[in-house]
Amino acid sequence: MKKLINAPENVVIEALRGMAAAHPDLAVDHENRVISRAGGPTQGKVGVVSGGGSGHEPLHGGFVGYGMLDAAAPGEIFTSPVPDQILAATTAANGGAGVLHLVKNYTGDVLNFRMAAELAEDEDIEVATVVINDDVAVEDSTYTAGRRGVGATVFAEKLAGAAAEGGADLAEVARVAAEVNDRTRSFGVALTPCTVPTAGQPGFELGEDEVELGIGIHGEPGRTRGKLAPASELVARAMDAVHADMPLSGSVVVMLNGMGATPLVELYVAYAEVASWLEGHGVTVARNLVGNYITSLDMAGFSVTVGMFTDELLQLWDAPVQTPALRWGR
Amino acid sequence: MDVELCRAWMLRFSELVDAEADRLTALDAAIGDGDHGVNMRRGMKAAVAALGESQPDAPGHVLVATGRALVAKTGGAAGPLYGTGFRRAGKALTDTEVASAAEVGAALVAMLAGIQELGQAVEGDKTMVDALTPAVSAFEASAGDGLATAAEAAAKAAAEGAVATVPLQARKGRASYLGERSIGHEDPGAASTALLLRALAEVTAQS
Repeated sequence: MKKLINAPENVVIEALRGMAAAHPDLAVDHENRVISRAGGPTQGKVGVVSGGGSGHEPLHGGFVGYGMLDAAAPGEIFTSPVPDQILAATTAANGGAGVLHLVKNYTGDVLNFRMAAELAEDEDIEVATVVINDDVAVEDSTYTAGRRGVGATVFAEKLAGAAAEGGADLAEVARVAAEVNDRTRSFGVALTPCTVPTAGQPGFELGEDEVELGIGIHGEPGRTRGKLAPASELVARAMDAVHADMPLSGSVVVMLNGMGATPLVELYVAYAEVASWLEGHGVTVARNLVGNYITSLDMAGFSVTVGMFTDELLQLWDAPVQTPALRWGR
Repeated sequence: MDVELCRAWMLRFSELVDAEADRLTALDAAIGDGDHGVNMRRGMKAAVAALGESQPDAPGHVLVATGRALVAKTGGAAGPLYGTGFRRAGKALTDTEVASAAEVGAALVAMLAGIQELGQAVEGDKTMVDALTPAVSAFEASAGDGLATAAEAAAKAAAEGAVATVPLQARKGRASYLGERSIGHEDPGAASTALLLRALAEVTAQS
């Protein structure tokens, strides 16, 4: 295992020190492991909080800042944060107008956030929860833990953050997040597995000519194994999966996301295919993101996230944002 | 079971989890994200440390304190599930200083109920419930023969229950995303539950 780390068990605390040193606009509570805005919560504004396992950077800490998250709770690598930590993030985000919890749909995240919301209510902080579950790779979700929350988390954090910054109340901010979730679907493909530092070896094995189709972001095997194919084919499989679940038309917002180890030049090759696929289907791209936004340590691969946004949602997308990972309008 | 025996149980569970952490991680890597071993080791180490600091004076309080530490330090789904399980078991024992075999059985029943209420898993979903359910039944069936006998029966049933998860398709948790590919692998949560009952059998056999 070759990683740019010190001791494997210290990766998260040391990464938090690095983020604090790199981003003066962030306040990092090292003891409680919370990343929040350096200026503190904005009084009268709905606070927007998310969190989850570390290893998906820039998600979530890299999205803390004006126009997006107020606070994030980073757990151990690929491990849900604990209730006390989420409560500390909620307190750090509380401007007296309530707090929205954006929760990716994983059992651990859902349970820990639920317990934290109850603790927050005990402290008279009103909490609304929106669960993100955009991954189309999980089928028959009645017989599973449900669809995973992946790329739509980034969209929801941006739009809920914008709505909150614009003065919307808690119910409205939650409604925006829920609508983003309803209108967004994702699908991912891995070319390599990833290695959790404390595990010391990859989560699964992939042959030189194999890919995992329908992957999540925690390094678990995908839904099916496939043959390595040119980017055009892999992208088509991903876009077809999204389109089969939510027929794409009109104008969309697209994120072509790197899983962490795929170079940007390859992400652009893939995005050219995404753009072609959409054009071939008569769909226009209103806005896009190409890069590493919700990663899985050192996994090579990509995910595509497509949102069918209304004009209102598009305006929230365009609203100014100033975070380590996303910045425009300011 | 008095407070000393209960503490010994928690300590032994922590030792077993520590010793088997790599195996639990490997099981979790096959059908999950490979963190169960590390998480349980961290959680139980924190529980043992908390017990050392707080010095509970009844077995029920030992279990509640363990549950609280697990929620606070484990993370993932295991934290809330085991944490709630231990807390419910501890509350069932109230302030009793010496719990009878029957009372320990009732605590295990409460543990299972708490876990099922929170996680909504049933038998067959390929989870810790598949090890704990037969363990609780076996314990209750043998409670009349004393704590050590009942604990050994429970440990055996839990181990068999964990192995029985191998052919199941996961319907809960991260393994469920794999669909049919989760078949052929033992569930890591069931494996760690088997260690919990193994720990109980070991400490009660000695006492």
